[in-house]
Amino acid sequence: MTTSAIFRRIVWVSTPLLVLLAAFAFLGISVGSSRLTPADAFQALLGRGPEPDMLTNIIWRIRLPRVILGALVGSTLSLGGLVFQALLRNPLAEPYILGISGGSAVGAIIGILLGFSRVPGVCLTAFSGSMAVLALVVLMGRGGIRLKKDALLLSGVMINAFCSSVITFLLSISQDARIHNILFWLMGDLSLPDLAQAGLLALIVLPCFLLIFRYANVMNLLLMGKEAARTMGVNTGAASLVLLLATSFMVSATVSYCGLLGFVGLVMPHLLRLVLGPDHRVLVPACILGGGAYMILCDILARVLPTQGEMPTGVITAMIGAPLFIYLLKRSRI
Amino acid sequence: MTPGKKRPALEVRHFSHGYRETLVLKDLSFAVDRGDFFILIGPNGSGKTTLMKALAGIIPAAGSLKVLGRPVESYSRKALARHIAWVPQQLPLDFPFSVREMVLMGRAPHQGILGFETREDMAVAERIMAVTDIGSLADRKLNCLSGGELQRVFIAKALCQEPDILLLDEPTAFLDLAHQIQVMDLLEQLKQERGITIVMVSHDLNLAAMYGDRLLLMRDGGILSLGSPNAVLTFSLLEAAYGCVLLTEKSPLGDFPRVTTVPGRIAKRAVNRLCRQADGLDAVAGDPSREE
Repeated sequence: MTTSAIFRRIVWVSTPLLVLLAAFAFLGISVGSSRLTPADAFQALLGRGPEPDMLTNIIWRIRLPRVILGALVGSTLSLGGLVFQALLRNPLAEPYILGISGGSAVGAIIGILLGFSRVPGVCLTAFSGSMAVLALVVLMGRGGIRLKKDALLLSGVMINAFCSSVITFLLSISQDARIHNILFWLMGDLSLPDLAQAGLLALIVLPCFLLIFRYANVMNLLLMGKEAARTMGVNTGAASLVLLLATSFMVSATVSYCGLLGFVGLVMPHLLRLVLGPDHRVLVPACILGGGAYMILCDILARVLPTQGEMPTGVITAMIGAPLFIYLLKRSRI
Repeated sequence: MTPGKKRPALEVRHFSHGYRETLVLKDLSFAVDRGDFFILIGPNGSGKTTLMKALAGIIPAAGSLKVLGRPVESYSRKALARHIAWVPQQLPLDFPFSVREMVLMGRAPHQGILGFETREDMAVAERIMAVTDIGSLADRKLNCLSGGELQRVFIAKALCQEPDILLLDEPTAFLDLAHQIQVMDLLEQLKQERGITIVMVSHDLNLAAMYGDRLLLMRDGGILSLGSPNAVLTFSLLEAAYGCVLLTEKSPLGDFPRVTTVPGRIAKRAVNRLCRQADGLDAVAGDPSREE
C-alpha cells in the first residue's frame, strides 16, 4: 500500500512535537532542588559524571518518574478534552469542566480512605465515580434537546461543587493521618510515584490512546452530527460508547494518581486545532505528544517558581487554563 | 448496471413511524424506480422529512424497506452507506474543515478501520469536486462559503460515497433563484450521466414539476397521490393537500404544469365568481379549514 497523504501529515506533525516532548522531558529531569546542567543530567541518567550514585539516584528515583507521570497525565487529559469536545460538539468540554474529574476524585478519595491500593482499587473506585458523572451528563443530553453550551457548563459547575463538598465531608469525618497529603493530591500533584507506578499508569492509558486513535476518523464524522454520521456508515451508538468509556477510564486512572489538574484538556486541543485544523487523525497523536510536553512544562514551572519547596502543578494549569476558558466562552457565544 | 435493472431502487412496504396516536408515517407503500428523479412534496408536518430519514436508515420504521432488491437489514451500516447517501439541509460548521477535507469524508464507507484515504480516494474526490464545480474552492474553509457553495459541497461529499441512491432534504431551501437552478441542474445531470436515483424533499412545487419524473404528494403521514407531475399537480389534489387555492396550468416551458400561489383576496373573488358559474361545486375551495 502506498503511504497515504494523511499518514505523511501525521508523521510531519508528530516529529517536531516528539522532539519538543523530549526536550521538555530532559529539561524536567535537569530542574529541581539540586540544579544540574543538562549535560550533567544526561551523564547522571546514564550513571556517569560527578557523584554518579547520588545524582543517578535522584534522577532515576524522583525526577524521571515525575516527568513520565507528567507526560502521561498531560497526554491523557488533553486527549480527554479533545474527545469530549468532539463527542459533545462543544468547544468548552473538558474532563474537569464537565465534572468527570470531580466524580473520579470522589471515587478515588473513597478508595483511599477505605485503604485500597492505588491499582486496581483506587483506580476502579475513581472510574465508578467518573462513570456516575458521565451517565448524568449523557442523560441530561438525551432529554430531547441536545445539551446547550451553557447548560453543560452549569451542570459541570454544580457537579464540581457537589463533588468538592462530598470530598470535604469525607475528609472531615475521617481521622486519617494522611489528610495533608490528600489535600495536596487534590490540587494536582505529580510528586508521588516511583518508576514502577509510572509504568503501571502507562500500561493503563496507552491502550486507551490506541483505541481512541482507531476512532479518530469516526470522530471527524461524528462532528457532522449523529444522523449524518450514521448515513456515512458509522455505528454511532457503539462508537460514542467506546470513546466515552475509554476516555473516562484513562482520566479516572490519572486522577487517582495525581488528583485534579484543571483545564488541561482545554489548552492543547484548542492550540493544536488552531494550528493544524480540525482533523482528528492528526489531532489525536498531536494532543498526546503536545499535551505531555505542556504538562511537563507546567510541572517545571511549579517546581521553579516557588522560592522554597514547590506548589501543586494544578495551580499552574488552572492559572493558564482558566483565562483561556473565559476567552473561549466569550468567543463561542452564538 | 446489471440486467435486473428494473428492480426498484427503493421498495417501501407498510412503512409506519411513531406511536398509535401520533403516527408520523401511516402505512406507506411505494417504490422508487432506478434512475428516477423522485420528489416528495406536501405541506409542513406531512411527514416528508421523517420518511426521508427512515429511507436513509437514520430513524427506525415499522414495515419493510428493500434497497436495490435486498432487505435493508441485510446491509451493514457501512455497506448501506456505499449505496445510499443522504444530504441534510444543513451540517454543523463549528469545526472549520476545508472543502477538500469535508468532501473526502464521504469516502469513509470505502475506507479501512483507521480511515486513511488512499490515492484512489483522493482521485475520486478531485473528480467529484470538478463535477460539482467546487474545485476552485478546495482549500477554502467551510465557514467562508455561501449557501449555494455549501450545498454543492454537501452534495459532493455525498457523491464521494459513490451511491446508487441520493437522498436530499430540501437542498434548495436557503438558496436564491440562480443557485436553486444550479443545484437542480446538477442533480439532473447526475441522474442522466451516472444513473443515480435522486430522491428529494422539496417545498417548491414548480421545481418539482420541472425536474421530477415522479412526485409523491403527502398529507398527514399518508400518500395522497403518486405519479407524474401532470398527474399529481392538479388543482383538486393540491387543494386537498395544502388547503389553499393554487392556480395550475400548463407551463410555457414544456409538458409539465406550472403552479402559482393565489393571494387570499384574489382567491375569494375567484371563488365568488365560480360560485355563480358552477352551481356551488367548488364553493368552499378557498376555506383552509375544510377537510376532505
